[in-house]
Amino acid sequence: MQNSVSIRDLSLNFGSVKVLQHLDLDIAQGEFIVLLGPSGCGKSTLLNCIAGLLDVSDGQIFIGGKNVTWLEPKDRGIGMVFQSYALYPQMTVERNLSFGLRVAGMKKDEVERRVARAAEILQIEPLLDRKPANLSGGQRQRVAIGRALVRDVDVFLFDEPLSNLDAKLRSDLRVEIKRLHHRLKNTMIYVTHDQIEALTLADRIAVMKNGVIQQLSDPHTIYNKPVNLYVAGFIGSPQMNMFEGTLEGTTFTTADGTVVSVDTYDFAAPSNGPIQAVLGVRPEHIALGEAAAAMPFSIDAEIEIVEPMGSDTLAWTKIGNKAVTFRCDSDVVIETGQMVRIGFDPARGSIFSAETTNRL
Amino acid sequence: MSQISTMASVSPAPTGAAVEPRGPRPKPFFTPRKIIIYSILVMFSLYYLFPLYVMFTTSLKTMPEIRFGNIFSLPTAPSFDAWVKAWTSACTGLTCEGLAPGFWNSVKITIPSTIISIFIAAVNGYALINWRFKGSEIFFAILIFGSFIPYQVFLYPLVMITREMGIFGSLQAVIIVHTVFGMPILTLLFRNYFASLPQELFKAARVDGAGFWRIFFEIMLPMSLPIFVVALILQVTGIWNDFLFGVVFAGTQNYPMTVQLNNIVNSAQGTPEYNVNMAATVLTGLVPLAVYFVSGKWFVRGVAAGAVKG
Amino acid sequence: MADTALPLEAGAKVNRPSLLKRIILHNLPAKIAALPMMVTVLVVFVGCTLWTIYYSFTNSKLLPTGKFVGIEQYERLFATSRWNVSVTNLITYGVLSLIFTLVVGFILAVLIDQKIRFESAFRTIMLYPFALSFIVTGLVWQWIMNPTLGLQGTMRNLGWENFTFDWIANPRMVLYALLIAGLWQGTGFCMVLMLAGLRGVDEEIWKAARIDGIPTWRTYVSIVVPMMRGVMVTAVVIIGSGIVRLYDLVVALTNGGPGISSEVPAKYVYNYMFSGGNIGQGLAAATMMLLSVIIILIPWAYLEFGGKGRRT
Repeated sequence: MQNSVSIRDLSLNFGSVKVLQHLDLDIAQGEFIVLLGPSGCGKSTLLNCIAGLLDVSDGQIFIGGKNVTWLEPKDRGIGMVFQSYALYPQMTVERNLSFGLRVAGMKKDEVERRVARAAEILQIEPLLDRKPANLSGGQRQRVAIGRALVRDVDVFLFDEPLSNLDAKLRSDLRVEIKRLHHRLKNTMIYVTHDQIEALTLADRIAVMKNGVIQQLSDPHTIYNKPVNLYVAGFIGSPQMNMFEGTLEGTTFTTADGTVVSVDTYDFAAPSNGPIQAVLGVRPEHIALGEAAAAMPFSIDAEIEIVEPMGSDTLAWTKIGNKAVTFRCDSDVVIETGQMVRIGFDPARGSIFSAETTNRL
Repeated sequence: MSQISTMASVSPAPTGAAVEPRGPRPKPFFTPRKIIIYSILVMFSLYYLFPLYVMFTTSLKTMPEIRFGNIFSLPTAPSFDAWVKAWTSACTGLTCEGLAPGFWNSVKITIPSTIISIFIAAVNGYALINWRFKGSEIFFAILIFGSFIPYQVFLYPLVMITREMGIFGSLQAVIIVHTVFGMPILTLLFRNYFASLPQELFKAARVDGAGFWRIFFEIMLPMSLPIFVVALILQVTGIWNDFLFGVVFAGTQNYPMTVQLNNIVNSAQGTPEYNVNMAATVLTGLVPLAVYFVSGKWFVRGVAAGAVKG
Repeated sequence: MADTALPLEAGAKVNRPSLLKRIILHNLPAKIAALPMMVTVLVVFVGCTLWTIYYSFTNSKLLPTGKFVGIEQYERLFATSRWNVSVTNLITYGVLSLIFTLVVGFILAVLIDQKIRFESAFRTIMLYPFALSFIVTGLVWQWIMNPTLGLQGTMRNLGWENFTFDWIANPRMVLYALLIAGLWQGTGFCMVLMLAGLRGVDEEIWKAARIDGIPTWRTYVSIVVPMMRGVMVTAVVIIGSGIVRLYDLVVALTNGGPGISSEVPAKYVYNYMFSGGNIGQGLAAATMMLLSVIIILIPWAYLEFGGKGRRT
């Protein structure tokens, strides 16, 4: 299958600062890719390179099989949605949508047809005569999406489109973008620092750090089988519990002496000699009470703090000297100071080499 | 390898033998666009720089050299004689003491006017933002509106008032007038600045029991250095460059430098000495130019700050 | 009131202090701090304005003591060719100066905004004249435009026998001489204002326009300039109020000459008040200046503050 967007050996330097380094990325037709990472990781820069808003230092970019590395943004077959919406403030919604088309000299009836279609898809028909100042944040963002829509392009680029919205609107529009993707089946590249957006929207997520893609995979793999400590720590809230210790064969000994047998763990490559390692367990993979006793590893622990979250409850405790968080059903009654049995199956955890920080 | 190359040849773009685009977009150093931009900028720069050049070179020439009539040429034997004459013995129409007395008059006018006007405006702006009282906004609105009224409207009544006070024709009169007419812009400046400071600070200080003056001096002032610098630049250049108030209110013996300069050039008797005229002009422009070049970015900020609307 | 002064606290306990006391004592330090402003507003901006308007209807000569003569001074004013020339001059100069300052300032700001090298050097060069007084500006240009020894003389000496640049000596061109000097002094300021406006435009707007394929010039005309309405209005008001005050530059560059061909209203007022010994006439002229400013300011104030009262 033809790749929709291909990036080959892309590098970008600002002076001596290497923002992107030898980056390769292939995006299939109709795929929803999320570029995820903290600010300054280069995700927006990469998106701007794809859009042609930034000149690359080296490498090539293909869109729809065409080398667009030197093309102007308008000729690349892309539409883009910005964080600040970037609507032209003195133009009505209708003119905002049609401005680019009219400047390109498109026939009037075709312009009208496209605007009408975009307005219908985004349900902004009643807003067409308004100015951006008289729209709510959510409405503005719809218009911004509409401006990409009327261009009738194959690739949509989203640069943190929901970051300026409040939490409620954000989740509403998230669903809407997903719906839009199902309907249009365009390729979408979406930049965000919000892992929930990434996990819910993406076909594949590219987790980035320091201008390098750390892991490119579907959300399930990213969450459950992070390739290195960075990805493991970045994804998931609360953070994955990390135990530092030594691994010898299938026996993991934490720094303070707790021994965990990791027979059930699916090692990528079996290791022999004792090595420094990190065992990571997600809070929701730690079981409580009877369920814990059935796990390959279990231990008694004292509850330190309980945080009821509504749908579930977070509890803080310790294994050895190491603070541990776990998540349990909100119906379970636990109290501060209570002694409980907690346990987990190492098969659901992740083990990383302390030296290389890579998954074992 | 062979596979890759066949793929490349099959790949859709019919670029043929041409170079596959890779890396940065090629950009010629001389694009027509760049040439146009820079040539317009350079042309304008010449327009702006030419008077400065002429001013300096003429002031360093001798009169015979000037009469030869090449305004572009550099002085053959640069001499500061004209500067000395402009400073010490050029005739202003009445006396022949040069610009020096005018310079000192300008100093005597500028320093107190600057300090007083800034202090009053700072306190006033602070009161307007943090201690509003009934009518304060109306006074402020009239103040701002009044700043657009031509000075000529106030001139005669102010002459009468200062005459009543017995200070007409003295430094005090000029200082008061500068304070009055500096008030709108400075108050606006300080008011907007104090409005941009976090109100929580002011509230916290009030909860701690600090009063009007204590909050002003101990909380507000230490945070206001930038705006004081801006105000300082605005006032020093503005007052130094003033002509109208000086000529009306200061009285002959207190004429500021600008008035003296104009008298030297425009009311002098006999053959005009252009080198002395230009030396006097340079000398008068030196103080604001120094402020401008030393303050650099701050001057721009001052100019822009003076322009922002309330 | 002084005899009823109770200790403040006691008074406050028993009943509310009297109205006058509340007006004066409430928030007292703030009122003391604002006293100079209140005095300025009442005495200068309101008092002096009313005084000027009132006495413009008298026949005051050397002292403002004359008797009420209605609009006689105004009739004389508009019968005086010097005043009419002044007004025509100011309108011509004002319109041209406003247009050129805005256009040149905007073009320079756009050019400087093109990510050029030596940006700060260009900016410094363009703004420095603004630091200089009108007197200095006028005198330098007077020298440059000196017909015998200035630019014209130089060019003729260099061989261009027909080169003519005698605008300050030519009644028909003298206004343009003023304009050249005025623009030299003021365009840099306008450029700084416009540049601040340009830089205030959200960068993503530019990106969006590039994605939409809108040419740069079109982006400026259709999107950026309309977005800079606030800066434009500010610039017009500031430049406009500067134009009405035009005085120093004329005094230094031409002193109203040749003849009366470069007279302006501000100079007319000054001359009648302080040299001509005809205060009533000067005041009438000043009142006309006030009127013209009000005619400019009212629509602006209405546009800015009238609408929704959205500002503090």
